[in-house]
Parts: sequence; structure tokens; C-alpha cells
Amino acid sequence: MPDTGNASALHAVPPIALRRRITDHVMTGVAMLTVVLVLVPLFAIFTYLVYRGIGSINWAFLTQTPKPVGEAGGGMANAIVGSAFILGLASILGVPVGVGAGIYLAEYGRNRFGDAIRFTADVLNGVPSIVIGIVAYAIVVLTQKHFSALAGGVALAIMMIPTITRTTEEMLLLVPQALREAAYGLGIPRWRTTLSITLRTATSGVITGIMLAFARVAGETAPLLFTAFGNQFWNLRANQPTAALPLQIFTYAISPYDEWHRQAWAGALVLIILIVTAVAAVRFAVRRGTFGAA
Amino acid sequence: MALPALPQPDMPAPQPVEDTKVNGLRPAGEWAAPVLRGTSGETGDRIFKFAMLVCGVAVLAMLVLIVYELVLRSGPSWHAFGFKFFAGHDWDPVNEQFGALPFIYGTLVSSLLALIIAVPLSVGVAVFTTEMCPKVFRGPLSFFVELLAAIPSVVYGLWAIFVLVPILSNYVQPFLARTLGWTGFFDGPPYGISMLAAGIILAIMIIPIISSITREVLMVVPQHQREAALALGATRWEMIRVGVLRNARAGIMGGIILGLGRALGETMAVTMVIGNRPEIAKSLFAPGYTMASVLANEFSEATGDVYLSALIEIGLALFLVTIVVNALARLLVWTVTRGQPSRANA
Repeated sequence: MPDTGNASALHAVPPIALRRRITDHVMTGVAMLTVVLVLVPLFAIFTYLVYRGIGSINWAFLTQTPKPVGEAGGGMANAIVGSAFILGLASILGVPVGVGAGIYLAEYGRNRFGDAIRFTADVLNGVPSIVIGIVAYAIVVLTQKHFSALAGGVALAIMMIPTITRTTEEMLLLVPQALREAAYGLGIPRWRTTLSITLRTATSGVITGIMLAFARVAGETAPLLFTAFGNQFWNLRANQPTAALPLQIFTYAISPYDEWHRQAWAGALVLIILIVTAVAAVRFAVRRGTFGAA
Repeated sequence: MALPALPQPDMPAPQPVEDTKVNGLRPAGEWAAPVLRGTSGETGDRIFKFAMLVCGVAVLAMLVLIVYELVLRSGPSWHAFGFKFFAGHDWDPVNEQFGALPFIYGTLVSSLLALIIAVPLSVGVAVFTTEMCPKVFRGPLSFFVELLAAIPSVVYGLWAIFVLVPILSNYVQPFLARTLGWTGFFDGPPYGISMLAAGIILAIMIIPIISSITREVLMVVPQHQREAALALGATRWEMIRVGVLRNARAGIMGGIILGLGRALGETMAVTMVIGNRPEIAKSLFAPGYTMASVLANEFSEATGDVYLSALIEIGLALFLVTIVVNALARLLVWTVTRGQPSRANA
């Protein structure tokens, strides 16, 4: 045993000056204070959201379309369904491309070209969502000549792809090389190995990445402003303007009507609950469904 | 059915692998010996590789498409105003006179204000979680801070309108006007809706980014740096200052710049509280306008080619700035989190 702890060794060290010790305590206090200051808004937002939202969620809110200004009641049912519709379109467009690009990077992309894709994906992740909205407007809305759910889906898909690509790559690289070799050794072609062995093993991680991307775009408002545009009525056609929950919250929040403010809070609470449930449900299903991957 | 034949002599032999940088894994490519040569496996492989390549190229294509569309469609405005577009004060859709300076000013001021508020708080939180707090609380604490990142922008805006803005106009702004009003940054009527409100809500939104990157960077500072400082008799704070923060400077800077990139492009929450007036005012109590908010408010109502292309040119400028800012940040963070451990091992 080293004897650094005995009394004589301690006395050899000069006592720490009082001023330095006070500084130490003060700085610890300051660090604690920053934690409190950061957590206060978090709890303030959540408590306020629940407090204002719970009272406003009722059956009408979840089943009816918006009432005209001045009439009480009505709800956001069309916006909730519209959001799900736009997100569905975005996932259909974005998930295969994102996962495919991730597979390319992990299995074939250990080169300059792969690095270029990797860097591009990181850069795309930082592009402001409103700019993506402009591009979706230019590509889809200007061609179709009107706002549409599809345009919203394209905008959100562009935002999902980089995240999915990078997480899929990371997850596939975690799969031990021995598994791939074992498959090759059995004479299984490489594409089969990638799909049935590598991707299958990484399923849980890949889906987590997809859900991360999904949760990130589910609350996006800016790229939908001039793509999906919003709608007071039901719409489930991809080429028509469609209501979306975040858009509806925005419109109601900046309106001067108390009734609409109340519904904006309810909408915000529903939005957060839906995002959390969607993510939790998929993760739960993945855990149950694939053995050994969880 | 015959068993697959043994590997033929002309088959490429497995190469000795040099590239082991990815978790010690070998790149898949060099091991893919097609055992079933000439059977469906090889054609399947080609098709599969091509399909995956298409997906990869799609990622590149998206960036090219964004640049192409923005440049193409901002053409009319560029031809009409040239560089004056970024120096002009007037934003007059009726007479088709467009100058983006008030928006650029608003974006810069609100983002800088956000950084001034967010940087000390985020670094403080990161230092506390990595260096000071008991191990049990580390997980929950970082979870809570990252939960802030999961709240949609529009919900921040909603909260800001109904909670933050009243607090500002009733308590904070009168107090600031009394104590610091003489500086000129804090005078004028305390309406709440202001550049100040935008800066604060942006700060809350970028704290999770800066603090999570700072935490990552602090965690890769080699343990012996801390031990060395402590062995020299440093107190814990001195150890953090000399042994940890000084080593992590570049990475923290990267996190801050990444936060800046997010703040510059943030749209909804800012649009809801900044007041949306294209004016340049010294006081932070005055309303302003940012590049992202003008797009959010006016894009779908823009009539006329020049108006629309002026807005798209603002989008292009915003895009270019965030690209540069993000690339810079990634570079800084990469050099720290990737370079440091390998240098420590060498």
C-alpha cells in the first residue's frame, strides 16, 4: 500500500490559501446556479403546457374541424390527421433513401466519395428548415401550381434523410465483421448478407435513428408554411393544401382570440404527446419483434 | 444439389487489412469474395450496390438541388439590386424596393444576444455534469437538458408569447430600464415583444446543443490532465480551469459556433416574439425582424417575381451563412473529439 495518506505526508503540503478555497466554492456554486437556471425554463414550459393544455383537450377538440372565428368549440381533428398524413408521406419518401444511403456508407463507402456524402449529410443537417421549405416550394408547389401535402412531405423528407443516413451508418458499423464473414462463408451473396444479417442485426438501432428523425420533423412548422399551407377542412389528397398540427398551433397562437389561444395550448400538448407515443410505440414494437436485437 | 465449390484459385484472396480506424472493424468491401461465382449472387450484388449508390448520390443531389434552386430563383432580385440588396434599408413591396439590411441586422443581433446568454449557462451546466456532480445524477441531468432540444420550435414560441413576454414587460424590462437605461440598449416602452425576447427564447433553444457538445469535449480531455493539476495542489476549480477548460477550448468553440448556426436559422419561436418590424434600432426593447421570420411571414403572400426572388435571395444568404458556420463548427469539434484520443495514445 502506498503511504501517501499518512499524517506527515499531508503536513508536507502547504495549506491551500483561503482565497483559493473560497474561489473554488464560489465557482461550484456558480455551476450549480447555471444548472438551476437551465432547468427552470424546461420545467416552466412543461408545467405550463400541461396546466393550460389538459383543460382544453376534450372530445370535440379531437374529433371536430375548426369553427369560424367567434364561435366557441371546434377542434383540430383535421390538423392531427393532416400531420400524420404529411409525416407518412415524408417517411415513405425519406426512410428508404436515408437507410439506403446509410447502407452505402457503411458497406461500400470507406473512400473519398463516401466521405463526401458523409460531409454533405452533416451540412444538410444544419440547413435552416425554412430554407428547405423554399426549395420544396420551388420544386413541388411551382410545378403543381398549388400548395399540397406532397410538398410538405418532400420538405420533411429532405430534413429526415441526413439524420437517418448517419445513424444507420453508425449502427451498421457496430455489427461485428465476424457475422458478415460467417454469412459469406456459407455462400450467401453479399446483398443478402447486408439485408438479412447486417441490417437485421442492427434493426433496433436503425429504427431508433428513424424515430429520432421523425420526432425532429414532427414538430416542424417553418417548412410547412408555404408547402402544406394549412386547411380549415378535411383533406387526404396528396395534391391539395393540408392542415398540420404545428401550423394550426402557430396560426392560433398569434391570433387575438382567447378561444384560439386555449386551443393552441391543447394542440401543443397533443403534439408533444403524439410525438412521444409514436416514438415509444415503435421502439416497444421493435424490442418485442426482433429477438436478440433488443 | 451439389455443395458450392471450394473457392477458385482466381478468386481475389483476402487482402491484409490496413484500415482499422473504425472501431477496429474491417471494411466490408475487401472480404466480399463471391463464392457463388456466376450465379444470381453476383448480379444481385451489382443491382444492390447500384441501388444503395443511388441513395447515397441522392444525399449529394439534395444539396446540389438546394443550391441550384436558390441561385436560379433569386436571379431577378440579384439582377435588379446586386450587392446593394444587402446594404439597403428599404423593404417596400409596393414599390418593389428591397433591401435586406434590417433583416441581417436582426438575425445577427438576436443570435449574438442568444449566445451571450446561452454560452455561460451551457458551459456551466457541462462543467457541472462532467466534473462536479455525483455520478448518479449525470445521466438524468443530461437527459433533462437534452429534453429541451425535443420541444418543437412552435411550442417554444407559444410559451414565449404567453409566459415569457408578460414576465419581460412587467418585471424585467422596467428593472433593466431603471438600472441600465442610460446605456441606450434598454430604453423605450416595455412592450415585451422585442429583440430581447427573441434573444432569450433563442438562448433557451440553443443551450442543449452547446452544452451537450461541450460535455462531449470535456469528457475526451485525458484524465491525466486532471490528475496532474490536482497533484500540483490545485483546487477543483483550478483543476477545471487549467486542466480541463483550457484543453477543451477548440471543441467548446465548435459547440458555440454550432449553436450560432442553429440560432441564425431558427424561425418560428423568433417570428412569434420579435415584433416583425424591419427597422434598425439600438434599443433591445424595440421590435426587429430576422431573415428567417421575413420568409415565414411574407413568402406565401409574395406577389410579383421580384418580391418572391428577393425573399429567395434572403433564403440563399441565410443558407450560405449557416453552411459556413456549420462547416467551421464541425471541423473544430472533429479535430477535438477525434484527434485528441489518438494523440494521447501515440
